Amino acid sequence: MKHRTLTRRQMLIRGTVAFGGLALGACDRLTNSPSFAEVLRSAEQLTYRAQRALVGNNALAREFSDDDLSPTFRSNGTDAPDSEEYRRLAQAHFQDWQLKIDGLVALPLNLSLAAMRLMPARTQITRHDCVEGWSAIGKWTGVPLASVLNVARLSPRARFVVFHCADSLEKGEDPYYESIDLIDALHPQTILAYELNGRALPIANGAPLRLRVERQLGYKHAKYVMRIEVVEHLNAIQGGKGGYWEDRGYEWYAGI
Amino acid sequence: MLAIYRHTLATRLLHWINALCVFVVLMSGLQIFNAHPNLYWGKSGADPELAAFEITSKNSPQGDRVGLLRAGKHQFNSTGVLGVSHDGSERAFPDWATIPGERFLAAGRRWHFFFAWLLVINSAVYFAVSLARGHLKRDLLPTRAELSPSHLIRDFWYHLQLKFPSGEAAKHYNPLQKITYLGVLFILAPTILASGLAMSPGMDAGFPWLLDLFAGRQSARTVHFICAALVIFFIAVHLIMVLLAGPLNELRSMITGRYVLPAKKNE
Repeated sequence: MKHRTLTRRQMLIRGTVAFGGLALGACDRLTNSPSFAEVLRSAEQLTYRAQRALVGNNALAREFSDDDLSPTFRSNGTDAPDSEEYRRLAQAHFQDWQLKIDGLVALPLNLSLAAMRLMPARTQITRHDCVEGWSAIGKWTGVPLASVLNVARLSPRARFVVFHCADSLEKGEDPYYESIDLIDALHPQTILAYELNGRALPIANGAPLRLRVERQLGYKHAKYVMRIEVVEHLNAIQGGKGGYWEDRGYEWYAGI
Repeated sequence: MLAIYRHTLATRLLHWINALCVFVVLMSGLQIFNAHPNLYWGKSGADPELAAFEITSKNSPQGDRVGLLRAGKHQFNSTGVLGVSHDGSERAFPDWATIPGERFLAAGRRWHFFFAWLLVINSAVYFAVSLARGHLKRDLLPTRAELSPSHLIRDFWYHLQLKFPSGEAAKHYNPLQKITYLGVLFILAPTILASGLAMSPGMDAGFPWLLDLFAGRQSARTVHFICAALVIFFIAVHLIMVLLAGPLNELRSMITGRYVLPAKKNE
């Protein structure tokens, strides 16, 4: 048998591989450490502040033309809410559905789909960017959220608008929810959409009503919206991070 | 044995912070890529079958899972690394190439953006310090003579023969090295930053020209990925050069600053 001694090059290579392995293990341990996770999370505040400072509050997301529409608008998350109540509403073409607006407002409201269709509408062809990486372009028609909030009149304490939805991603889990700040809530392109590509919003895309908040990623665009609640703090709602995915580690500010 | 002080403390410190950041953004970037391992050209793209590039897996006629890398119409079996990992799990890039190792998009994003910020700040400091001290002009800008075709061809030939400068010549970057570093600093790095920002729906609202620059968000994502591949290529060449030029001497010069000039060989 040949006697083996390590050359300097072999030692370097082995050392590098061993160091690499250690470093990777360390990254995984750090990911699971709550205090390190807090350090990583600090970047979100920096991103939020930087983007709010650099991008005007009313700067518009790009709008596209009919030629740019995606052949099919992809659906992610829930395809159809799995609840008795939702099925009953859907069967009646949402004629009995009402959007509830409450919380820190002077005038709590219940709006039917017919009432919302009578309000001034906005149509916009925009790009939907999923956090996974894909983008689809769709044409949305709906009521600007600002119009609804103006009718309900925000309390001076109002800071966030929360959207409570009809769907649960896993059976038995709390329903989906999302929240945005007032800058995005009052943005002209933030609409409660009831139409996609000129037709009633399909169930897979959030019927009867979904949020469009065009300067953020897809998971902020709550589907199957049942109730809009205006609040001062988010910590009392479900996991306290302001949204279903936020409670599972994703950024509350999804502008990037 | 003649030793010189080659790298300033600032250069050394910034180099290692940079190395750490690049390592983390590359690997967390692959974690993010794994969430949708398809690349498109244009404004939108959501259907993997219409992607220009994809890493996927499918059943072989024998019934086991095969990892596939597809670029346009060309398809390659990549089982064991891409599409299907060494342990049989179905994921685009394997666990040893991503941060975190397990499939965890939310954490990958946290790592990516934190270290991207650190990288941007570190790079800004590097540019400021380098400009203030004339490092860019003095050490990195090739002279007119160095850019002459004969000089460049000779330098290229030396590289191919793995002949490394010695004596006085070893005190300075060689022309190919200068051009490469400048290319990374002034072309590759800004392109990575701009294509990354072009993927941000928030930034797109404020700076719509980012979208025009890359012909759409999905093209920007593809450019971002190609740039990442170029960075990996740069690192590979960089490390090979360090190994060939004398790893301990080179490593020490980047840690303590002390560099022993290779003696001039008798020819």
